Amino acid sequence: MVQDKTIGNRIFDTVNYTLLLLIALLCVMPFIYVLAVSFTSPAEVAKGGLILWPKEWSLASYRYIFSTNTLVRSMLVSIYITVLGTLINLIFTSLMAYPLAKTHLRGRQTILLAVLFTMLFGGGMIPTYFVVKALHLTNTLWSLMIPGAISAFNLIVLKNFFQQIPDGLEDSARIDGCNEVGVLFRIVLPLSLPAMATFGLFYAVGHWNQFFNAILYINDNTKWPIQVLLREVVILASSSIGDSTIDSTEIQPLTIRMAVIVFATIPILLVYPFLQKHFAKGVMLGSVKG
Amino acid sequence: MKQEMYAPAGTPVANARAGKSKIGYLIKDIVRDKWLYLMLLPGIFYFIIFKYIPMYGVTMAFQDYKPYLGFFESPWVGFKHFERFFSEPQFGMLFRNTVILAMYNLLFFFPLPIVLSLMMNELRHAKFKNFVQTLVYIPHFVSWVVVVGIFYILFTTENGILNEILYQITGQKIAFLLEAEWFRTMIISQSIWKEVGWGTVIFLAALAGVDLQQYEAARIDGAGRWRQLWHITLPAIRSTIIILFILRLGNFMDSGFEHIYLMLTPTNREVGDVFDTYVYTIGMTQAQYSYSAAVGIFKSVIGLILVLGANWLAKKFGEEGIY
Repeated sequence: MVQDKTIGNRIFDTVNYTLLLLIALLCVMPFIYVLAVSFTSPAEVAKGGLILWPKEWSLASYRYIFSTNTLVRSMLVSIYITVLGTLINLIFTSLMAYPLAKTHLRGRQTILLAVLFTMLFGGGMIPTYFVVKALHLTNTLWSLMIPGAISAFNLIVLKNFFQQIPDGLEDSARIDGCNEVGVLFRIVLPLSLPAMATFGLFYAVGHWNQFFNAILYINDNTKWPIQVLLREVVILASSSIGDSTIDSTEIQPLTIRMAVIVFATIPILLVYPFLQKHFAKGVMLGSVKG
Repeated sequence: MKQEMYAPAGTPVANARAGKSKIGYLIKDIVRDKWLYLMLLPGIFYFIIFKYIPMYGVTMAFQDYKPYLGFFESPWVGFKHFERFFSEPQFGMLFRNTVILAMYNLLFFFPLPIVLSLMMNELRHAKFKNFVQTLVYIPHFVSWVVVVGIFYILFTTENGILNEILYQITGQKIAFLLEAEWFRTMIISQSIWKEVGWGTVIFLAALAGVDLQQYEAARIDGAGRWRQLWHITLPAIRSTIIILFILRLGNFMDSGFEHIYLMLTPTNREVGDVFDTYVYTIGMTQAQYSYSAAVGIFKSVIGLILVLGANWLAKKFGEEGIY
């Protein structure tokens, strides 16, 4: 867009660029602050002030949180539910989406309506809790993976995506003697890799970030995912990381909190470039009605 | 009709059908699609167990639910729990808190992604635009615990950086996180920080579809920047704005449970408690299962009415509607 170089336009552009730059920085500054403080020496933190780059580096807070096994255990729990949970999500969702993409299937409309209805109305927290409890899933990590195995929204979007795959490709596999399960795993899923990557990333971020299900279903604090630990340490400000009293000349409680935030955030920032590459596609996938 | 389309006249399937009963076709189709049905089974079980049984479970709101008796054996008590809920003072408080938060959200949050995407649309350097987009989307992907945690660290009166700055300027500190009067401001600012950038995605997608020749034609006709904005850019995202507004109305009762739960403290409950957090407190920590389920149903039913009403409204406006 080439605009006229009038004074008004130039002022508008300058203001616009400056404002957007500030907004963009405002979105990342808190993360930089947290990261910087987590690496700063206790003496410098004690002086206060805004730290965006540590002058005196220190790994004390990281050494401290790794000296207790609480953080490592929570990270392992979170990694476990993220990897296994996402795998369950993808298998369950694609297994159900594939038959629903076949318009000749009897009962398809009924099932689709039943799925859609769950997006409008649900039993709510308390009845769901009792179902999970009746299945003896409470206090197991399964309670964080199974009750959310299929997102109705993702299911419908994936079904629409499968419908766009040309029938000819599937037919060729059928002629070669593949059954429908084979068609799904050998033809349809490999063709849908970008879509699967998108759904996988979104499901995975959801698992990593999930907090409330763990509060609801899990009492045993050795099974806490990282987000629950983070709430304990930062928001409730309890010293549940280890039980030794902290000597504030060696470590500031603040830097420990920062370090835990860093651990709860870093995996997200690591996959973010991939997320960003795919989510525009994901958003457009969702816009297909059917 | 569908079967006819799938089996055109003259094919073996259609010929076979000519002499068979309806049930015969059905069985034949099911046998033909046995693999497909087999693949559906896990999903169907999932929806029945985790969506429809809890949906039946809402009947516990009309019972005195006892965990050892279950949904089917607990004694029925009619509308007892609803009557109690409507006569308690908490009802008015929860309703007020939910509605005020929702109004604040519509007023202060809703317009921001639109403004931001219009600003981003005016950027002419693709690299700078990309840079801004990359940064403003980030907060959307971190958890509410991280967002609230960062706000706690920044705003606390004990060495929180913002309170330090405030102290140097005004000589006093404000307990943003504890005082009830700051609760709604904090909730809305956290929502803005986390979600405004991400909210632009859908508008930018709509704007990407605008034909650049329209701008060129407008410029030749002497339209300045604001006229182009008013006559080309805004009409291009009008239907997106309406749809999102209606969706927001439909979710009016959803105040963002995790978020509010994380921000609740004993001192701000009277302005912070909403239906969802009340259900959790009463149901899970005080074990009044049936009563809390009744509160939950009340909220879900209002939500359902709002969604359907909003969708009806969308169609009335000549938009496609969501369902």
